[in-house]
Amino acid sequence: MLKDITLGQYYQADSVLHRLDPRTKIVGTLIYMVSLFVFNNLICYMFAGIFLLTVIALSKIPVKFMMRGMRSVIFPMLFTMIYNIFLGKGTVIAELGIFAITYEGIHMAVCMFIRLLFLVMGSAVLTLTTTPSRLTDGLESLLKPLKLFRVPVHEIAMMMSIALRFIPILMEEADRIMKAQKARGADFEAKNPIKRVKSLIPVLVPLFVSAFRRAGDLALAMEARCYHGGDGRTRMKVMKYKAADIVSFVIFLMYLGAVISTGILFRDLLPFVIGILAQRFTAFSF
Amino acid sequence: MEQTIVKMDRISYTYTREEDDGETGVTTALNGVDLLVKAGDFITILGHNGSGKSTLAKHINALLFPTEGCVIVDGYDTSDEKNTLAVRQCAGMIFQNPDNQIIGTVVEEDVGFGPENMGVESGEIWKRVEESLKTVGMYEYRKASPNKLSGGQKQRISIAGVLAMHPKCIILDEPTAMLDPKGRKEVIQAVRDLNKSEGITIILITHYMEEAVYSDRIFVMDRGEIVMQGTPKEIFSQEEKLKKHHMTLPVVTQIALRLKEAGAGIPDGILSLKELEEYILSAKAGLFPETEDTVTGETAENVRNTEPRNAEAILEAKELSYEYEANTSMSVKALDGIDLKIPAGQFAGIAGHTGSGKTTLVQLLDKLLTPSSGTVYLNGEDIFDRKYDTKKLRRSVGIVFQYPEYQLFEETVLKDVSFGPGNLGLSEKEAEEAARKALGQVGMKEKDFSVSPFELSGGQKRRVAIAGVLAMNPEVLILDEPTAGLDPEGRDEIFSLLKTLQKNGMTVILVSHSMEDIAKYVDRMIVMDNGKIRFDGKPEEVFARVGELEKIGLAAPEVTYLLRDLRASGLPVNENIITAEAAVKEILNALQSGR
Repeated sequence: MLKDITLGQYYQADSVLHRLDPRTKIVGTLIYMVSLFVFNNLICYMFAGIFLLTVIALSKIPVKFMMRGMRSVIFPMLFTMIYNIFLGKGTVIAELGIFAITYEGIHMAVCMFIRLLFLVMGSAVLTLTTTPSRLTDGLESLLKPLKLFRVPVHEIAMMMSIALRFIPILMEEADRIMKAQKARGADFEAKNPIKRVKSLIPVLVPLFVSAFRRAGDLALAMEARCYHGGDGRTRMKVMKYKAADIVSFVIFLMYLGAVISTGILFRDLLPFVIGILAQRFTAFSF
Repeated sequence: MEQTIVKMDRISYTYTREEDDGETGVTTALNGVDLLVKAGDFITILGHNGSGKSTLAKHINALLFPTEGCVIVDGYDTSDEKNTLAVRQCAGMIFQNPDNQIIGTVVEEDVGFGPENMGVESGEIWKRVEESLKTVGMYEYRKASPNKLSGGQKQRISIAGVLAMHPKCIILDEPTAMLDPKGRKEVIQAVRDLNKSEGITIILITHYMEEAVYSDRIFVMDRGEIVMQGTPKEIFSQEEKLKKHHMTLPVVTQIALRLKEAGAGIPDGILSLKELEEYILSAKAGLFPETEDTVTGETAENVRNTEPRNAEAILEAKELSYEYEANTSMSVKALDGIDLKIPAGQFAGIAGHTGSGKTTLVQLLDKLLTPSSGTVYLNGEDIFDRKYDTKKLRRSVGIVFQYPEYQLFEETVLKDVSFGPGNLGLSEKEAEEAARKALGQVGMKEKDFSVSPFELSGGQKRRVAIAGVLAMNPEVLILDEPTAGLDPEGRDEIFSLLKTLQKNGMTVILVSHSMEDIAKYVDRMIVMDNGKIRFDGKPEEVFARVGELEKIGLAAPEVTYLLRDLRASGLPVNENIITAEAAVKEILNALQSGR
């Protein structure tokens, strides 16, 4: 199950997106996220959808691969959708006890669903086209101004990249320990929730012990290779904005501008549509 | 004048630790060590687990500082903080665990990590990364993720990472302990090349005697002191003394020594197969002296108990297949139609290189995975049948994973070992009783029962973990590389335990890539390759097909090669001999009859 998560995974390919500076992609992703939340309007989402599909096409990531990654987030998304359908306020279509389905509720639910879907897919494009280390390099560089406020930016970035390196190793280890304890008769499928939580102790204790041991080893290995914090450290991969990055920034800004203007232009669309729908079907209840 | 690169002057290292009762105890890890290493030398430090050799290594890299005495590396005193970076740049260090020393998520980034820390300018880093990766033969993997590489490849990446810092000296702290034979060879070859072609000083810490043979000088450590030093020839001529310090001889040297003792005119300290062959062949030519007490004429016989082969199968796999990521484009067939019968009481060995499917097979035998097709029978019952009670299987089949000490979790040794029997539904008292018995079997002392398993030494932890499985009193015991990372004494302890268990009626299945161990202990050898069983028979039969074994990345024990070469040179020996003792007998016989 854990293997299905596309988030945080890198997909190797040679595309324009892969070659962009990580900072461009991070800022671009942020702009895209903002664009999803400034308006609550289906036409804006259509716009955002076309933009996203174009980017995915450019990234050369197989759609199937992306979709597989979505499987694990679909459940929470459906949950929010249902939640929104029943808790909207406005023109009522149908009533069922304390629950009422409203046009606004449906609209909200659809919007929420699209928003979340695009949000997850958008950030997946970022992580799929950028190696974790380039990502942390980009973040470190973007967050550099925070150093003025004594935020340990380099250390945070280093921690992130180490975490990324060791997550797969620790997951494999967890799997191995679980199997070993199963072979010793441990039961991880107990019905009783307290028992079930308790049954994890024989897995978690060795896992933590191992994580600490690895941390100690790694710290030694880093020190042995002259690591002494971020001062006086150079970079093997120097980040430099290229022409493609500047073009991308322009595109992102144009896109944001376009979304905002369509948003303002069609501001009155929703009440208008609901008005029409409400006239057609006068509210009836079960 | 030859330059000294590392100089240790009577260094001692002690640390205090708090005991349970609040008292502080002082442990002396190093005690008055003197060490001189000349630039360009290849030296080996031997010692059993806990002899202080790793502590010594960390002193050369300024990771530890002596409590007394001083360490000078390339003219820098390591205890002066100003020198730390210079010392670490000059003397790079490789550690044991291949996973825990790689920082980068991409190979080339990891290799660049050292130079980045040193403040080397970007263009130069790229140049160095390319050079170092080429030197260790890993250039084509520069864009790969370290997680996808084999252990030997990972260690070579780490070596490249140190090389990129342009060191004068590289210290390797048991770099091969966690590798398979192939990886071990790769790493040792890479290290020897560095020493020869780049002139880099090598300090290799190991407990594999075979690796020490190539060095210029050997230092043997015991209890924090250097107890022996000299050339490999000198060191390996002193079996008694080595034994006292818990070390053994390389196999070749052992055979040579036994032959000498039997009267063949062979000198001490033979290190290579070739050397030994030459001496044996010249002995045949007449150097063999008159001896009154000739060796009995019987041929080396196989004294192993092969009877159980015909007995009832206790465990049986039928057309067993397993696919990873089944039903996707990435599906990998790990096991492909395995048919296997293990009779009760047998000591079976499963060999195969990493990725051949042997671990998958044993996990299926204990229902830790679900097969894609086929099934497993335990005493005639289908363990994958929906109605089958898994508890029954767990009670009958015990499995000891690789590095089993990593699953210890309880507060005390006794509680940890009781975990298994407790899960099987025994009462607390019964479980404890079973645990006590198992701990006795593995040779743990009563006084250690109440300590935390995390406070034990590496070898003790391993034994406690094995006891944790034995306490469930299984009919079949499966072990995956049970001796990985142990020193020679630790290895012998585990194997004599397994032999005793088998004698008492337990069926033992050993998964190993050490051909020497398999040759020495098992009744039957199963060779896996690419998810299939390639060979299945007595070890002698299987090793007779050296050529085919080599094709699938395995090898025969060294003695087999020796006897084959001797036979090819005209000495009438039976070439299908796989243990050192049998080989000695056979050679003596041939020499005497030929005279």
